[in-house]
Amino acid sequence: MKAIDVKELTKRFGSFTAVDRITFDVDQGEIFGFLGANGAGKTTAMRMLCGLLNPTSGQGKVAGFDIYRDTEKIKRNIGYMSQKFSLYEDLTTAENLELFGGIYGMSRKEINEKSGKVIAELGLQTEKDMLAASLPLGIKQKVSFAVSTFHTPRIVFLDEPTGGVDPIARRTFWEMIYRAADRGITAFVTTHYMDEAEYCNRVSIMVDGRIEALGSPAQLKSKYKAASIGDVFQSLARQAKRVES
Amino acid sequence: MKALGFLLKKEFLQIIRNKFMLRLIIAMPVLQLIILPWAATFEQRNISLSVVDNDKSTVSGRLIEKAASSGYFRLTDYADTYTHALRSIEQNEADLILEIPGNFEKNLIINQPVKLMMSINAVNGQKAGLGLSYITQIVTDYNSEITSQGVQSPISIEPYYRFNTKMRYQDYMVPGIMVILVTLIGGMLSAINIVREKEIGTMEQINVTPIPKYVFLLGKLIPFWIIGLCLLTAAMFIAWLIYGLSPAGHYINIYIFSFLYLLAFSGFGLMISNFARSQQQAMFMIFFFLIIFILLSGMFTPVSNMPHWAQVVTWFNPLRYFVEVIRSIYLKGSGLMDILPQILKITVFVVVFNTLAVISYRKTNG
Repeated sequence: MKAIDVKELTKRFGSFTAVDRITFDVDQGEIFGFLGANGAGKTTAMRMLCGLLNPTSGQGKVAGFDIYRDTEKIKRNIGYMSQKFSLYEDLTTAENLELFGGIYGMSRKEINEKSGKVIAELGLQTEKDMLAASLPLGIKQKVSFAVSTFHTPRIVFLDEPTGGVDPIARRTFWEMIYRAADRGITAFVTTHYMDEAEYCNRVSIMVDGRIEALGSPAQLKSKYKAASIGDVFQSLARQAKRVES
Repeated sequence: MKALGFLLKKEFLQIIRNKFMLRLIIAMPVLQLIILPWAATFEQRNISLSVVDNDKSTVSGRLIEKAASSGYFRLTDYADTYTHALRSIEQNEADLILEIPGNFEKNLIINQPVKLMMSINAVNGQKAGLGLSYITQIVTDYNSEITSQGVQSPISIEPYYRFNTKMRYQDYMVPGIMVILVTLIGGMLSAINIVREKEIGTMEQINVTPIPKYVFLLGKLIPFWIIGLCLLTAAMFIAWLIYGLSPAGHYINIYIFSFLYLLAFSGFGLMISNFARSQQQAMFMIFFFLIIFILLSGMFTPVSNMPHWAQVVTWFNPLRYFVEVIRSIYLKGSGLMDILPQILKITVFVVVFNTLAVISYRKTNG
């Protein structure tokens, strides 16, 4: 079974078509890069897949559940890390983990065991009892990632997870994504850092609400006779008519 | 439902760590109960009185003295002519002019009717009306004093204004202020708390989890129900401590009704939070409704004095029932059976407000 399977998915806001008949699928355990310029419709598409937004038309299944009827079942099987830090700033790292673990139905015992493990694995021992508000951006993103994968979802949606952090922090972040993928978690990542696309198994490139290219980084480079995914993106993005809003 | 425990822990941790919220919760009942009953009193003291005495006799002097020593008036001006006195009203120095005609004493002694003239600055209608009633009563008293001193009079005059001479307004206002307090906690704080989560984005993180919406909403409301009842307890303690006021009825009835009221009003707050996108928006919506609710609650002006259509509007005002109930328990000692009609009505509000709140709360947007 595919982790994500989408056909002709569309979202219109009034006369504006934010997402225009996109079709793609993601395999279980895959790291899927969802690329596109700002305003191309990546976040809108992702919000539909997470059950935060109702689609206008098209079909979609996430973790085997329908994105119209079974949004609550989908939510049980996914993790979500938003572009903006959206954990509780007035709770500590450990308290955030505990809260979301509890919301996803983990028992206290399970939470305690796993929380120690995750904190050690991500090197967050010193930050464990600090309020989230006092953490630097790079650490906040680590904590967000830890929370979004804490309940071992089948799929984790990461919306611009590395926005605004330095290359070293980005590198360690991708190592975390790989470790999650090793545990069998499918990662659906949006980014506009083209070098990060090379870390993905497959990528799609979105322009003006449509998916213009889809394949492994190597396939795309040979198809567009480009040296890097960045060059592929450049040649596609030049066709864009939509002005960044 | 297991998640509820985690949510409650989180909510209390946040309230304790939010210094502003904590201070607000502590300061609100104390300040409201210490300051408001005195400010929201209808009793008028220190009404500025200007006297024009055209008689300058012993009798007129005694009348003036009686008015000045009543405690209600401050003799600000002792004018020669009425025109002079009127000027002090125009300059807002006097609220009331008492003009005593010439031959006042003489006419009284020969049993001729005498007329006193009073002019009132009615800019503050309440003050004017009460000032008039006070001075009328003083004159009436004085009248009966002198008639009993030998001046023959076939009828003994009863004071016809018995309005608000020694009545303690605090006894009346303090229970009303408890209503405002519980309303603010149940409706306003909970609504603002939820909208705050929308604003900072944590709401989205919650909406992407499988948590049922009623569990999340319960996690939000239970802390405010608890805080509301704790503050009510604090308010009743302060009322006893400062005003020596304790309910003539049972405390338990106050708690029963207050809890139902909190359920109803927090549902209302939830509805507001579902429609507001920012804390400011929520605040303005709450102010809009709160002012209407308070003015139509009978807290300051009796519902029976309102025109019929306004009385009809008050049927849809939960505050009205709470004000009625808490006053009747505090002052009349009403029992559970006496407040049963209001209990049933507030239960309707609980059902309607909360149903609408759960329907209008959406985890998925269109």
